[in-house]
Amino acid sequence: MRLRTGFVLETGAAWLLALLWLSPLLYAFWAAFHPPELATHFDLFAPLTLSNFAKAWTYAPFPRHFLNTIMLVTMILSAQLVLCTLAGYAFARFEFFGSNVAFGLVLVQLMVMPEVLIVENYRIMARLGLVDTILGIGLPYMASAFGIFLLRQTFKTVPRELEEAARVEGCGFLGVLWRVYVPLARPTYLAYGLVSVSYHWNNFLWPLVVTNSVETRPLTVGLAIFGAPESGVDWAVISAGTIMAVAPLLVAFLLFQRQFMQSFMQAGIK
Amino acid sequence: MKHVYGWLLLTPAAILLIGFTHYPAIATLVDSFFSTGTAVRPSRFVGLENYAALLDDPIFWQVFRNNAWFALGTIPTAIVIAMVMALWVNEKLPARALVRMAYFTPTVLPMIAVANLWLFFYTPQIGMFDQVGALFGAPSRNWLGDPNLVLPATMVMVVWKEAGFFMIFYLAALQNLPPELQEAAKIEGASRWYFFRRVTFPLLMPTTLFVLVNATINSFKLVDHLFILTKGGPDNASSLLLYYVYQVAFSFFDTAYAATLTVVLLVLLALLAVVQFLLIEKRVHYR
Repeated sequence: MRLRTGFVLETGAAWLLALLWLSPLLYAFWAAFHPPELATHFDLFAPLTLSNFAKAWTYAPFPRHFLNTIMLVTMILSAQLVLCTLAGYAFARFEFFGSNVAFGLVLVQLMVMPEVLIVENYRIMARLGLVDTILGIGLPYMASAFGIFLLRQTFKTVPRELEEAARVEGCGFLGVLWRVYVPLARPTYLAYGLVSVSYHWNNFLWPLVVTNSVETRPLTVGLAIFGAPESGVDWAVISAGTIMAVAPLLVAFLLFQRQFMQSFMQAGIK
Repeated sequence: MKHVYGWLLLTPAAILLIGFTHYPAIATLVDSFFSTGTAVRPSRFVGLENYAALLDDPIFWQVFRNNAWFALGTIPTAIVIAMVMALWVNEKLPARALVRMAYFTPTVLPMIAVANLWLFFYTPQIGMFDQVGALFGAPSRNWLGDPNLVLPATMVMVVWKEAGFFMIFYLAALQNLPPELQEAAKIEGASRWYFFRRVTFPLLMPTTLFVLVNATINSFKLVDHLFILTKGGPDNASSLLLYYVYQVAFSFFDTAYAATLTVVLLVLLALLAVVQFLLIEKRVHYR
């Protein structure tokens, strides 16, 4: 009997914590779908409205920000996949001269992410004429140490026999990579892709530093300008805008929960 | 031949890595020994002057202290909550998937969006903080305007944001614990608290160390929320090192001093990297 009450208590506590953890988001949903004057008064039968979303959509250039973020995320991920595949393959299968030192130097980026070096990287972008371009936001992230590391580990687990068989069939070293290694690493690519897209969809500091016009600013930077207290936009509209900005990622997460958590875990463990 | 192929495959990534990680890191160090150039006075070598200025800069010491408190306040709390979450979610709880989802959701939200949502909670009188406080008869407070409250107030939000992320590491570790341990404890009649204290907790130690180091690294990079909530204020009471770097470089345009501050940040990250490396070494020896 004692065990039973213990279990009930624990379940209650776990649920309460879950509710507490969701409450900021639930509250934002409440505010976004109700007229602004009801934002602080709970009333289950309050009239629902979409006008906050309509307002948010016109107050800030959301369509443009969405487009910028989508372009940014796509550009970074495609470049990362190509560059990290090639480099990961080099480290996994070619014991080339200096490869250990080179690998050590690659890993430095795990610790020193581009956002730590904003001052100097801004100067470099200015010299390259890439300030206020989407390419300028993406460039420092394209060669990702994490991607290289992850793919190297995966490629190392591929049996050599498969590679030799492909070579007998007449594949060159790039053919082997494309026909043998890449297909076998599909789960790694998926995990890496999820983490990369989430990271860059949410990234803020470097995009803020390197952009200064609506044409290049991604969602997070747009959202920061729109949500800043001095903008004077009321809270219901800010909630609506915030929900719009996080919706794509949030929906993806709700649909592919398990995959997301596993990918984030791999990303953390490295 | 393998040398040529190896380097060819690596070259595209290497160029970008050198260009945007190694070169800027070294350039930052070099810049910290020069003065900030202006149109009238070009930049010149000043030796350790920037570092002397740094030691005399009360704002530097304040953001440094803030960062230390920020790390001390958020990391242990987030770790304890993460561990409890993982223990719960690892059990046969009703609606377990839903609970796990709720815990993890803050991880996928951008910090900017989170700060937008939380900003309202901090509002005096109508915000959730004050409304909950009022239930217990606490007076209304200006959470983000009071230098004594602002740092702890932002820490609550960061704990909320991070705990679910740490949870998944504990969850993975718990699922790898041999089930025989639990059975043996049951036969022995050990209480759950005893079992946790003497078996589970020690076995989770490698995970805790791992999370600890990663959380410490994160605590130097988490500054996005400041742009929305406080702009580092009032009187730098909530500012953190990286945010100060941003301000010095892009609001005060003192790039040389910003470089000097960045060097401090890089040294701290390097020290943490050494700690992490030693921990990994140690774990290898265990096996």
